[in-house]
Amino acid sequence: MKRNGPLALVFHALFLVFMLAPLLIVCIVAFTPEGYLSLPTRGPSLRWFRAIFDYPEFIRAFRDSLWLAALSSTIAIILAVPAALAIARYRFPGREAMTALFMSPLMVPHVVLGIAFLRFFTQIGLSGTFTGLVLSHVIVILPFALRLVLASSYGIDQRIEHAAVSLGAGTGTVFRRVTLPLILPGVVSGWLLAAINSFDEVTMTVFIASPQTTTLPVRMFLYIQDNIDPLIAAISACLIALTAVMLFALDRLFGLDRLFVGSGKG
Amino acid sequence: MTLAAPFALPQRATPYALTGPALLVFLGLVIIPLGMTVLLSFYDWGQYKGIVPEFTLKNWLEIATDSYFFEIFLRTFRISVLVTLATILIGVPEAYILNRMSPAWRSAFLLVVIGPLLVSVVARTLGWALLLGSTGLVNQGLIALGLISTPLEFMFTETGVVIALTHVLIPFMILAVWASLQRLDPQIENAASSLGAGSLTIWRRVILPQVVPGILSGSIIVFALAASAFASPAIIGGRRLKVASTLAYDEFLNTLNWPLGAAVATLLLVALVLIIVGSNRLVERRYAQVFE
Repeated sequence: MKRNGPLALVFHALFLVFMLAPLLIVCIVAFTPEGYLSLPTRGPSLRWFRAIFDYPEFIRAFRDSLWLAALSSTIAIILAVPAALAIARYRFPGREAMTALFMSPLMVPHVVLGIAFLRFFTQIGLSGTFTGLVLSHVIVILPFALRLVLASSYGIDQRIEHAAVSLGAGTGTVFRRVTLPLILPGVVSGWLLAAINSFDEVTMTVFIASPQTTTLPVRMFLYIQDNIDPLIAAISACLIALTAVMLFALDRLFGLDRLFVGSGKG
Repeated sequence: MTLAAPFALPQRATPYALTGPALLVFLGLVIIPLGMTVLLSFYDWGQYKGIVPEFTLKNWLEIATDSYFFEIFLRTFRISVLVTLATILIGVPEAYILNRMSPAWRSAFLLVVIGPLLVSVVARTLGWALLLGSTGLVNQGLIALGLISTPLEFMFTETGVVIALTHVLIPFMILAVWASLQRLDPQIENAASSLGAGSLTIWRRVILPQVVPGILSGSIIVFALAASAFASPAIIGGRRLKVASTLAYDEFLNTLNWPLGAAVATLLLVALVLIIVGSNRLVERRYAQVFE
């Protein structure tokens, strides 16, 4: 294959600037020593990072977001594994419709889902509760979990399972000792992608969160709506740094192209 | 989870037992809430009486007749089309360039493409708010270069929203186009070149036709996500520049006119589903041979 010409490389460099500029500017502004938004021309300061600890509501929202992501992605994966096995292995009436239903949260705008959950939770008394947040997050992240488990379920040679059965393994043993290890890469990456999506979700959550029970992105969003200051830049910079570390780890563990290409969110 | 039981059932029941839990959750938490929202859009509402469960077409008539709503939906559509075009113009060449890189460089740059997807949309949009403000780096740079004398208005304008959304959604386009580039046989390019085709001709006549399905499926994803985007238009567009999703948000959480907000949400959902399903049909009919 031919190499990229100079024009292509210039285009590529401009593209990189476009992709990274908004993230870099947040990280740079976060180090300002001034009391207002500015570049740290007088040298970097950690003033605004220290200030985060004066706002316990952000710390609490961060903790709640982590719990929410862990809990909802675990429930989503528990629902997704048997469903994916059924969809991958059986041809049954309603299979297509069910797959479409499970994937539908990708197509339904999150604003619409947020409104639907707000209405529904208000009626049944779950509005503003952590349970409500978990239930709604399970719905929006299940497609990611299902898709990755599905991708790893298609390739399994079922004769291995038959061999286990013929050797006297019970259904539970076959699942635990044979099937699960085979689909484990899909299960782990599905769980991770689901957890990341839960952690980042803001559009739907903004409708059903309450001031007491809220997530970090929602709190940041509501804060930015009122004013933009170095504090919010510092919090965002922490999030960007956290994501960068995680991204690096994910790439080392799984390879990002495996995790996303052809199976990314969309 | 007990998976032992389902396997012991007769063969025909097994798939239903396995999908049952997820199906119940989705029926209870997707179908019922969405149905309630559609129903809500036909309820009456008053400043003092609140939501009155009486059937009325009031909300739908208001949306159909008031040009305010038409303008917002038109703006949402316009922004989504512009974002889709921008992601095609930037994303297609970039995917092609990435595809021609050596594997080591490619996986390094893939981090730059995919990485932002994992960063909260709020943090990314904050970056654009900092860059695009009247004293932001973009305006300072343009003034320093002598290209403009007074700062350009990006904040609270459609241009600003389109720029931020293009940044947020371009990874989807690149991934979709890249997936179709990977199916491409590099030998075809060599064959065209050995037959005397210039690089521009190769691009136009050989490569582009083969990645069109990727561009189209990427476009559908980007358009749908742009039309339903919330955080970016809310932060960059502010309260002045409303799109469909921020309008629904305002009706629900500020005006508290839930039935009207539900009607706006229902319309957004129906319009989007029609556009997605329609264009999917079109793409599949036209390019049936390239999909497995």
